[in-house]
Amino acid sequence: MNFKLKVWRQKNSEAAGAFKDYTATDISSDASFLEMLDIVNEGLTASGEDPIAFDSDCREGICGTCSLVINGVAHGPGKGTTCQVYMRRFADGDTIWIEPFRATAFPAVKDLIVDRSAFDEIIEAGGFIVARTGSAPEANSLPVPKHIADLAMEAAACLGCGACVAACPNSSAMLFVAAKVSHLGFLPQGQAERDSRALHMVRKMDELGFGNCRNHYECEAICPAEVSATFISRLNRDYAAASAKEALAI
Amino acid sequence: MTTILESKTTLDSKIPSGSLEKKWEKHRGESKLVAPNNRPKFDLIVVGSGLAGASAAATLGELGYNVKCFCFQDSPRRAHSIAAQGGINAAKNYQNDGDSIFRLFYDTIKGGDFRSREANVYRLAEISLHIIDQCVAQGVPFAREYGGLLANRSFGGVQVSRTFYARGQTGQQLLLGAYQALEHAISTGSVQMFPRTEMLDLVLVDGHAKGIVVRNLVTGEIGVHAADAVILATGGYGNVFYLSTNAKGCNVTATWRAYKKGALFANPCFTQIHPTCIPVSGPYQAKLTLMSESLRNDGRVWVPKKKGDPRSPDQIAEEDRDYYLERKYPSFGNLVPRDIASRNAKEVCDEGRGVGPSGYGVYLDFADAIRKFGESTIRERYGNLFEMYENITNENAYKTPMRIYPAVHYTMGGLWVDYNLMSNIPGLHVLGEANFSDHGANRLGASALMQGLSDGYFVVPSTIANYLATQLGKKISVERPEFKSAENEVRNRVTRLLSIKGKKTVTDFHRALGLLLWDKCGMARDALGLETALQKIPEMREEFWQNVNVLGDGAELNQALEHAGRIADFLEFAELMCLDSLERRESCGGHFRVEHQTKEGEALRDDANFCHVAAWEYNPAGSPNLIKEPLNFEYVKLSQRSYK
Repeated sequence: MNFKLKVWRQKNSEAAGAFKDYTATDISSDASFLEMLDIVNEGLTASGEDPIAFDSDCREGICGTCSLVINGVAHGPGKGTTCQVYMRRFADGDTIWIEPFRATAFPAVKDLIVDRSAFDEIIEAGGFIVARTGSAPEANSLPVPKHIADLAMEAAACLGCGACVAACPNSSAMLFVAAKVSHLGFLPQGQAERDSRALHMVRKMDELGFGNCRNHYECEAICPAEVSATFISRLNRDYAAASAKEALAI
Repeated sequence: MTTILESKTTLDSKIPSGSLEKKWEKHRGESKLVAPNNRPKFDLIVVGSGLAGASAAATLGELGYNVKCFCFQDSPRRAHSIAAQGGINAAKNYQNDGDSIFRLFYDTIKGGDFRSREANVYRLAEISLHIIDQCVAQGVPFAREYGGLLANRSFGGVQVSRTFYARGQTGQQLLLGAYQALEHAISTGSVQMFPRTEMLDLVLVDGHAKGIVVRNLVTGEIGVHAADAVILATGGYGNVFYLSTNAKGCNVTATWRAYKKGALFANPCFTQIHPTCIPVSGPYQAKLTLMSESLRNDGRVWVPKKKGDPRSPDQIAEEDRDYYLERKYPSFGNLVPRDIASRNAKEVCDEGRGVGPSGYGVYLDFADAIRKFGESTIRERYGNLFEMYENITNENAYKTPMRIYPAVHYTMGGLWVDYNLMSNIPGLHVLGEANFSDHGANRLGASALMQGLSDGYFVVPSTIANYLATQLGKKISVERPEFKSAENEVRNRVTRLLSIKGKKTVTDFHRALGLLLWDKCGMARDALGLETALQKIPEMREEFWQNVNVLGDGAELNQALEHAGRIADFLEFAELMCLDSLERRESCGGHFRVEHQTKEGEALRDDANFCHVAAWEYNPAGSPNLIKEPLNFEYVKLSQRSYK
């Protein structure tokens, strides 16, 4: 298969970026999207042009490193992450637009790479259960009903890839924050810090320049881990309750 | 033929005396301590943020040490531990099916084909209980039964159900638990995190590991960090084969640099080829995808009885199928250990009975399980894996059997460490897949996560005090000349890589090296093939340094440069792997020497001559020196492994 590519090139965070045209020729329909870019990069290197910088690591759809907007859609066509897009999804001769995940809170690094360390800062603000190593009680001493454990797992499946932010018209990180607040908040172990967690994570998110949620549901539609936007309602309830308790100093 | 100098040096593994059950307790009781008020005086470097690195950094930070943690990924949450699917073993005996610490210990020793240390493995089995408690307390959402208690499943090579899991994403959930603990430690100021930063050398001062040289992957800046001790948790070297199930960034650089500074590399030929991966589809392929071993609980492995049978699987009648694992190993069937399942798949494909376009594949068939339990149950157990399979191959495994083939997955070899997880270089500690210690010649499924977390949460936070207690008041500054000279070496190397401007890309070399190793040092090895590889690798290396093309400059984000540095190290490491493989003239676990097999084609160990750890010492003047650490078995009787 052959493709025309329009790829965002940007030398570094300071430089201005622009789309540049490339061609990808003789690509197998069984090749992955990133393998197609690997082939293009091999060709660029041979011709003395700087290869296109893009992030990827596990290429199994779980690490959350890959982060391309393909034809205007974060992670491109189909479910899953960018690395799980296969060329059979496109038609021979297609023109494909390739851009980075764009958001104020995800500054550009180079070409298709952005800096998502804001997500780490949000987790650092409270996305954990403090359990000092060695102080844990016997695991089965705290039964968790299966449906609760399953819900927690659904929220915990978040990859931290940032597609929800890239897809949101307001660049909100609500789905990311809601996933972690819900995962830990569903579990009995997570109750002690439930209020402070919601308050600190939401405040950190606001501080880092992510926008507000306006119920567009683009995040849910795009999420490669299929994290449900209903967790956002849960976050809103937790945040409201925690704020009220804070105001009343209880 | 290379002459190997066998060193007379003896290695002190520091295994405590006393009975097996009491060794760890005794050791902790006799270990030195660093008092709480002294801990903030110690700076520690942790390289790597996977299960071992993140859990160690978090726990050491929590204890009050000053920790700096480095990873090449953009976030510590993305380390490759995240990709582990199936589960984590622990001898909880929650299923009341006869499990015990001793049984987990025994299974691991036997699974490793009697090439690991009894004391280390027993400690691992003991600690497994605490790992589950710790992870549950952190909120890891393990699978549960309807009553709310933790669920278990069984895994290859054992006859009990002791594997804890979180859907097909156990590694992800355990890593996120460790990552969250790490982020908490960062929030308290006890850990400082350096993402997108790659370690490029180890700094020794008076023979002790006292710092590292790193490159900031965004700015290209090269700098140094000093510490009282260095901990490497940098994973395995499976990517030396180019195609593997490892993440693209996994590499041997940190451990190889340490080796070249004098750390011993143990058993580099012990590599694990995982039996259930999606077969290679074409030459453009950048990596292979694993399908969790847990699939073998319900999937039945078969190939047609007839060579080159062109029929589609649904047209092949039951009597024309060869369920070869069930036929050859009736008591373990499809759940034989990984090395045995892999070798048998290779054997039937070499006979011409392989399936799929390349002929290098076998069926993993769920039809019987779907008939028995219903499609919805199978979907619940493995839904994400079936989806992933369909996405990659365009085939629906609920309707037609999966095609699988073995692929490089894990490396049991690694830097040599003693019972304290310290290498022969004082101060240098090595955890997780990066060390050699617990899996012998073959790792059992669901044991890597266990070892990473055992080393990081429980072992090193306690044993490192034995070293640190001797270092109080011996602060080393980066002003020491050793730092400047190590930094200069790194700078020169970067400049050299960028100045070659040859005709081939880094990937060209990586791919060629991978093909050579898969052929000569893969699932079956023989002296002739290994000698050929040992001749070709130096030629490849020579060509690399003459003809590689790395564009751009060093003072910016340059992925080709990162890759080039890693491949340069793989091109050196590959030679040691083949040399070790040639020297080990026996078959054991994942190391199968064609010359050494039983009449039935099983691995034939030579306990009289090879019941040892082969630890290699770098020799700048020529071939490395071989130092042997004998393995003594007091509690387990060495026997021919049988899974029949």
